Amino acid sequence: MMRSSSESKAAHEGNAERIVTVWPHHRWLGMGYLLLAVLAVGVGTLLSIAMRIHRVWPDWNVPLLGVLRPEEYLAYVTMHGTLMVFFVLTVAPQSGFANLVLPEQIGSREMALPLVNATGFWLTALSFVILLFAFIVPGGAPIGGWSAYPPLSVMADAGPGQALGMDTWLLSLAVFCIASTLGSVNTIVTVVRCRCEGMTWQRLPMTVWAWLTASFLTVLVFSVLLAAIVLLFCDRHLGTAFFVPSVQWLNGMVIQRHGDGSPLLWLHLFWFFGHPEVYIAILPGMGLVTMLLGNFAERRIPGYRMMIATTLMIGGLGVIVWGHHMFVAGLNPFAGTAFEITTIAIALPSTAKVLNWLVLLWRSHPRLDTPMLWALGFVSVFIAGGVTGPILAQPALDAYLHNTFFVVAHFHLIMAMAAIFGIFAGSAYWFPLVTGRMMHEKLGKFHFWWTLFFAYNTFLPMHLTGLSGEPRHYAQLTGIAGTAGDLVRNTIPLEKHITASALLLAAGQLMWVANVVWSWRRGKLSAPNPWTATTMEWMPMDARILPVCHRDPCHYTSAITGDHEFLPQWASAPVAE
Amino acid sequence: MIAHWPLPVDAALHGPALDRQLILNLSIFASLFLLANVVLLTAVVLRRSAPPLAHRRWRYELLPLLLLAALFFTLAFRSTRLWAASRYSGAEPAAMQVEVTGMQFAWYFRYPGQDAAFGTTSPRLIEPGAGNPVGIDPADNSGKDDFVRSMLVIPAGKEIDLRLRALDVIHGFAAPSLRIKQNAIPGETFHVHFTATVPGDYPVLCTQVCGLGHYRMQAIVRVLPPDQFHQWLIAQQQAQTTRVQP
Repeated sequence: MMRSSSESKAAHEGNAERIVTVWPHHRWLGMGYLLLAVLAVGVGTLLSIAMRIHRVWPDWNVPLLGVLRPEEYLAYVTMHGTLMVFFVLTVAPQSGFANLVLPEQIGSREMALPLVNATGFWLTALSFVILLFAFIVPGGAPIGGWSAYPPLSVMADAGPGQALGMDTWLLSLAVFCIASTLGSVNTIVTVVRCRCEGMTWQRLPMTVWAWLTASFLTVLVFSVLLAAIVLLFCDRHLGTAFFVPSVQWLNGMVIQRHGDGSPLLWLHLFWFFGHPEVYIAILPGMGLVTMLLGNFAERRIPGYRMMIATTLMIGGLGVIVWGHHMFVAGLNPFAGTAFEITTIAIALPSTAKVLNWLVLLWRSHPRLDTPMLWALGFVSVFIAGGVTGPILAQPALDAYLHNTFFVVAHFHLIMAMAAIFGIFAGSAYWFPLVTGRMMHEKLGKFHFWWTLFFAYNTFLPMHLTGLSGEPRHYAQLTGIAGTAGDLVRNTIPLEKHITASALLLAAGQLMWVANVVWSWRRGKLSAPNPWTATTMEWMPMDARILPVCHRDPCHYTSAITGDHEFLPQWASAPVAE
Repeated sequence: MIAHWPLPVDAALHGPALDRQLILNLSIFASLFLLANVVLLTAVVLRRSAPPLAHRRWRYELLPLLLLAALFFTLAFRSTRLWAASRYSGAEPAAMQVEVTGMQFAWYFRYPGQDAAFGTTSPRLIEPGAGNPVGIDPADNSGKDDFVRSMLVIPAGKEIDLRLRALDVIHGFAAPSLRIKQNAIPGETFHVHFTATVPGDYPVLCTQVCGLGHYRMQAIVRVLPPDQFHQWLIAQQQAQTTRVQP
């Protein structure tokens, strides 16, 4: 008995060792994307730590670096935002996870356009390398934030980093636009053309619907960003005036240009891209969470068609809400009201999703494995960040809250934390699929609770400092004259709490790194379908020759009576757990 | 004076209604956040049953959605009235004009003088060192009595019409205690109007990142009782007259 179990263990162990060698091409790309995201999140987090420390300890003489100067602080702000938004929150959930499992989820062995897909990946990697160069070019990285408002982003003399640093940044993003468009074209074609027999649109897992919707958004809005970047480049180097007035003044210099443009045009183009971009970042997380809740609660997802519809509605409404970033930027006040209505409208499909999750979960007493904890945590922080959405959608209130820390709290909870929770959920969920081993459960759970606790401690207090009027992008809170100095200084006690929490939040992430590294080599061997999942990426190898999809996902039969049976999408008859 | 922690002192006529709307929103959405999290936690810890709600989605999913939709749009409608009152139309013709100009990293406030008309400006004439930080054209007669200060001094109880301009990059004019925020953009002029109610010194901040000195781009708005403001204004106008005709 012992012998046979050790033999089978050895055979299994061999499987786990060999599993990497049987990764299909797209899975290698998916892992490449995830590796890029891990590198980017590492750098981006170090930058945020430097900023958080500087805010409460501005005179600290950092060994080798010295005291952080205001322009360095702002360069860190820009690079933190750029790395996180593009190279973490777009790359990991959209490009990374889709390449990991999308073809398998739709019963395909490969992506439709492998060459396009691979080109997308290598261009993304190139774009990442170019972006990092912005740190070391003369003048350093640009200081205008990730939204790069002109004329600050047009005039090389407007600040350190606005010359070569800004050009490097623009080049990096231009390459990124092309890369993500290629990747998304591949995703769209794959979903449309490569579904296996029986994989109808209504049987597609919500993850696939999310990747598909986000891909359509990507193709639409990244092309607009690319065009805007080209125009900005012309303004910088060819003397055009798309985003600046004909006569400009800067520090005693007068610059005459051909044409007469307006910075508002950039704001329109940028936010036409920028707002859908946050849905590109969060939709895959929402899709994954829906599937995980059904999987671990062992329940069908109620109103599956409505869940598909709300995903599409978020994508559709997502392209007509950009003006809510511009209520006080010079937008026509009537347009402000129009964008208020569309923004309130987009809160409804998101609310419908949350209600659906709660209905699904009610009295489900789910298995609380690590992926499920992250999914539940996602719901919690998504609500926390989501409830301030309808507040900021009201122009009258936004006219007070705009560019305060209230907004920082809003988008960090919903975009950073919820999306990151989705990434952690996905990594724990698919880890056995990719490596043949389980991640360490206890460490994974401890990491979850640690992250949830310190995420709330970091971002909830920002609402209060924001309500007191504290603006974003301030390089320091001391040394400001007048009553403005008092206003900003009054936030220091809460700022200290935020910094301490942020440091602990960041430090806790080392647990995840350790867990991945350890589990990959030593983790418990995983069963072929450890989560009793119903989606087709978990289909046994021998069934993959001619896969057929028989039903929509998450079919579990009366788990409460004890006869734990479930109906995976690939099985024609119930399978015992 | 009504001060709702953590909001700063409210010194504007339109402020109390805005604060009420903000506090109402915060209370409602904070409650919804707590409620949803309690439901989430309860849903997970309660003893398992057959899916009890899935067949009554109308009651547990769609009805709450409709109610929340009604709530969101009611709140939005209430606040649209505030937005419309402050932004849909300009200031009354009798409002006091002040021009705000943002440049890296300072705010300048120009008063039109006795003729109540601003002189024309040109970027080519800007010379902060020579006392002309906003580029007033000396050839234009209506600019002769304009005077520029680095502090915004206004009377309580009188409507103020601010003309916002920026010289170099976008700046964000924000006076939290006056519940006013509006970006100033090079090449454009925007107006915001308000009435201050409570005398005092309040901060003006920059809320749009504008360069390395963004954090220290600040000014003070001093709200004076009307009689004191009148004295201040006469003194400034006399100083301007003696400056132009020595």
